Amino acid sequence: MFAAAAASSGVFVLALLGAIIIVLFIGSLPAFRAFGAAFLVSPTWNPVKQVFGGAVPIYGTVVSSVLALILAVPLSFGIAFYLTELAPVWIRYPIGTAIELLAAIPSIIYGMWGFFVIVPIMAQYVQPAIIGTVGDVPVLGDLFQGPPFGTGLATAAFILAVMIIPFIAATMRDVFLSVPVVYKESAYGVGCTTWEVMRSIVLPYTRVSVTGGIMLGLGRALGETMAVTFVIGNTNRISPNLFANGNTIASLVALEFPESQAGSLKLSALLALGFLLFVISFAVLAISRLLLRPQRDVK
Amino acid sequence: MNQAEQRVRVLVSGERPSPQKAEPRIAIRDLDFFYGPLQALKGINLDLPERQVTGMIGPSGCGKSTLLRCLNRMYDLYPGQRATGQVMMDAQNIIGPHIDVNALRGRVGMVFQKPTPFPMTVYNNIAFGVRLHERLSKSEMDERVHWSLTRAALWEEVKDRLHAPALGLSGGQQQRLCIARTIAVRPDVILLDEPTSALDPLSTLKIEELIDELKSEFTIAIVTHNMQQAARCADRVAFFYLGELVEVGESSQIFTAPKQRRTQEYITGRFG
Repeated sequence: MFAAAAASSGVFVLALLGAIIIVLFIGSLPAFRAFGAAFLVSPTWNPVKQVFGGAVPIYGTVVSSVLALILAVPLSFGIAFYLTELAPVWIRYPIGTAIELLAAIPSIIYGMWGFFVIVPIMAQYVQPAIIGTVGDVPVLGDLFQGPPFGTGLATAAFILAVMIIPFIAATMRDVFLSVPVVYKESAYGVGCTTWEVMRSIVLPYTRVSVTGGIMLGLGRALGETMAVTFVIGNTNRISPNLFANGNTIASLVALEFPESQAGSLKLSALLALGFLLFVISFAVLAISRLLLRPQRDVK
Repeated sequence: MNQAEQRVRVLVSGERPSPQKAEPRIAIRDLDFFYGPLQALKGINLDLPERQVTGMIGPSGCGKSTLLRCLNRMYDLYPGQRATGQVMMDAQNIIGPHIDVNALRGRVGMVFQKPTPFPMTVYNNIAFGVRLHERLSKSEMDERVHWSLTRAALWEEVKDRLHAPALGLSGGQQQRLCIARTIAVRPDVILLDEPTSALDPLSTLKIEELIDELKSEFTIAIVTHNMQQAARCADRVAFFYLGELVEVGESSQIFTAPKQRRTQEYITGRFG
């Protein structure tokens, strides 16, 4: 009896997952039929002419999330390294708790904070300074161009980075702590410095879980809606410029969904975007699995 | 006779300088050790004679492992642990300030209770420690790896899998790899903290034979709970009890005619 109940709960989860995929897919079929593969690469989003393409939000989602990871991973590693190896014992607990509390802040709060605090700072100080210094460098300068709106991909990525740091840092800290002391001691025993122990012993031992923590952060960054909607600028345009306004799948869906009529092509296009977000997240997990498979030779 | 000649003579004839004449490799004087407010070692005075095996025995918690951790300053990693007194090595107090701890650990190697191969290949397990202290060419490094694995009686077993992960070796092989890794750095002193307690009898035998081999070149301190092991391996045995050094002497004397009543009681199994 109990076994049957447990089994049906397990099957229910699978069925639920399947049902969500199927509903999303069926809902997005009209859009895929109308636009075909061009939906993925077309940057047009024109409700008046009933032409919809997903390139801009897909680009914005990927770029803002990857940028957030680039900002968040080194910082999280620093936090975890400091908390496990360097910090005096009395300070570890308060800082650790503060990081866990950061994870508990609702994303709408991050959105408001981003809009009222970070956007003005970006517009007045950060963006003009960066545009003024590296804006004229060839290639690199293309990333930092144009009027300093304050909003845009870079700001969204910054907010996302702040939001995912607690997840990545807390995971890293926990897995660093899980390395048996005797392994660290034996590395110290041949004359390693703290950094060498971290690089050669702790990181190789924990690389599976560290990557897992990073993927957890990436997953959250990809799907984050509210905070990004506040600061991304919500403009349907692709530009190499990181300070330009843009869109992500989640922010576009959040803004446009209430204005879409049931059965309309627009609604279908939004569902198609949702389906794509699902696919991207799934791909992230699949890639992480691929990276995480046990390696035969660790150099 | 300089040290190199002496070493050659030792290798050729098996003759060892008598402990009375030679300076002790490490001289411990009035060593106290504290875990926070708890005193774990009380006024230890002990010599580790050059190229001899000093066995340390005593019931759990008597401070013998703690003493080993003083000799390479492993306790430095933990706030609240401190040692006072003197541990003299080459006319230097190694527990004093201004000691390069990483270099010290290259001179005083340690092997732990559980085999702890690093998460890399067999080859790199050896090369890793060496690279921390010396810059060697590829061929020099190959030679060093070969040398240390041979010395650790492991070469024949792993020569075809040098580039396979070390974690794939058996427990006994892993422990010999740890010994190879330790001697590859060419330390003066090797500390063995119950090196066979996690191993099967056959592996234990191999390690004990190895210890006998290695003492022609290295000064060895071994902590063990196994009295037979101490009797088999050690030239001198020190008995610890409750943080104090009760008695130290030639191992034959300690095991046949101990001077202290507590030593006698311990080795005859009346407590501990």
